[in-house]
Amino acid sequence: MAEDIRLMKGNEAIAEAAIRAGCRAYFGYPITPQNELTAYMARHMLDRKRTFIQAESEVSAINMVYGAAAAGARSMTSSSSPGVSLKQEGISYICGADLPAVIVNVARSGPGLGGISPGQADYFQSTRGGGHGDYYHFVLAPKSVQEAADLTYEAFDLSDEWRIPAMILADGLIGQMMEGVVLPAERDLSKLPKRSWAVGNQAKQGRPINHVSSINLVPLELEASVRARFERYAKIKETLVRFEETQVEDADLVIVAYGTSARVSLGALQEARKAGLKVGLFRPITLWPFPEKRLAELAGKGKRFLAVEMSMGQMVEDVRLAVNGKAPVDFYGRCGGVIPTEDEVLAAARKILGK
Amino acid sequence: MELAYGHPKSLKPIQTKYCPGCGHGVIHRVIAEVIDELGLQGASIITNPVGCSIWADLYFDFDSVQPAHGRTPAAATGIKRVLPDHLVICYQGDGDLAAIGTAEIIHAANRGEKFTTIFVNNAIYGMTGGQMAPTTLVGQHATTAPYGRDPVEAGMGYPIRVLEMLATLGGTKYLARGSVNNAANIRKTKQYIKKAFEAQMRGEGFTMVEILSPCPTNWSMGAGESVEWLEKNMIPFYALGEVKNTLEEAAK
Repeated sequence: MAEDIRLMKGNEAIAEAAIRAGCRAYFGYPITPQNELTAYMARHMLDRKRTFIQAESEVSAINMVYGAAAAGARSMTSSSSPGVSLKQEGISYICGADLPAVIVNVARSGPGLGGISPGQADYFQSTRGGGHGDYYHFVLAPKSVQEAADLTYEAFDLSDEWRIPAMILADGLIGQMMEGVVLPAERDLSKLPKRSWAVGNQAKQGRPINHVSSINLVPLELEASVRARFERYAKIKETLVRFEETQVEDADLVIVAYGTSARVSLGALQEARKAGLKVGLFRPITLWPFPEKRLAELAGKGKRFLAVEMSMGQMVEDVRLAVNGKAPVDFYGRCGGVIPTEDEVLAAARKILGK
Repeated sequence: MELAYGHPKSLKPIQTKYCPGCGHGVIHRVIAEVIDELGLQGASIITNPVGCSIWADLYFDFDSVQPAHGRTPAAATGIKRVLPDHLVICYQGDGDLAAIGTAEIIHAANRGEKFTTIFVNNAIYGMTGGQMAPTTLVGQHATTAPYGRDPVEAGMGYPIRVLEMLATLGGTKYLARGSVNNAANIRKTKQYIKKAFEAQMRGEGFTMVEILSPCPTNWSMGAGESVEWLEKNMIPFYALGEVKNTLEEAAK
């Protein structure tokens, strides 16, 4: 069979990948620059007689996800930065109730209403558990339309397996640009982990009743459930960290960048190499779990680092934590919806290398 | 010999944590009786609000989901869309439904979501200790309305008649207001709930039963006195009966 390759916007590719991953229920609310995603879901989920609702707010949409996930359906919502802020309460509850769900953030620039141009200033919010309480969830950062589709598809499986929501942290550029994309096959849903914790069909299944909840007023019991969750986090950090390295081995300076910044940085790297500068690129794909061990290893080999972000410097803090004082870490960033150019990144690298 | 009256199967045989004179226990029981009568215990899901009845999952003997404060109708929407053949009950208090969750209830009702909302109106915040609710009557005292609810000078607004507000929406099919102040009204309330549940299972549209319920603790009254207060103050403002009934059987 020929490959199913299409020219698509990132937003549409994410939507189609979610449908093929078996998303049964999608809840959205209009916000730029992710509107094509919601529109695509409206057309194609309704075609397939699956649940699509344009909710009255992002708050409502994430709580619809909470309900649909509690009832055992693969569920998803998408939004952009200000809307994702509104979803944080719901994400905290989803994490507290150990429900799987997929949340897409096609990020723009902030704070506040900010602008509708691409941004990476939601890194802290995404990777620290952006709502109240002690929790984390998967954060996957695509650099291309293809990777946006692949990571979305995979996010459903990761989330199901670990009962932790997975966030796709893209940005307006990934969402809006068109590229060729090879789409994944329809997911066989008969082989998913059993949802013995979900509500519904209790009599049919002949099981004890289920309560999906995040409440526990007994401090020692609540502590135990938070600790159990953190044990899962530790296992995830051991096995599911993902990153991509380009010409890192012989590099004197390693640029650390994800998503759109990594695309720009790759161009800067190619120019640097032409000029004889030993520059490498380290691209985290999982922002949580963050590839801290590998960065520490590289620091131990005498590399120095340059974090490049579309923010005033957020991921750079994780790079510094990983490196733990063993190597210098510099930062170059643009914000407000400005995308750094290859020349700017190259100039920042030259300055550090003194060449 | 058939047992004519006993403890409903859908309600666990344990004592509730609710205060003496509170209406939640009676309301739980009536809901459980209807579920038993309809034979739906194994296919029912309740979403509990944040408020005193957050404890409902301790008492109802069927599946439950606990959403965030006020988001109960959104979560119930997600559940019912995924499990359309189940009885989904969205249990809410007046703070949950008429304050923080106003957007969620209005839009769930307008979409004609096919679950049933049980709206327990005791005109006060119970669990947090007696603050003013959207349904607090004018002049009624609360910890945050220490001189009584004053809509004019203090700008505290007016009590909201939720059913009358929702009745204008196309998605609402059955809206009724009952009370648990005496046996006759409890029986009527049970009939409203049964009609609503049956309509839900026929997939007709949004159904809701508001129930006036005493809160002696936060009204600073004895149980008996609180029933009298409800009759004298709440019923005249929140008229009992079917506010809207456009169910198929009503049209016949």
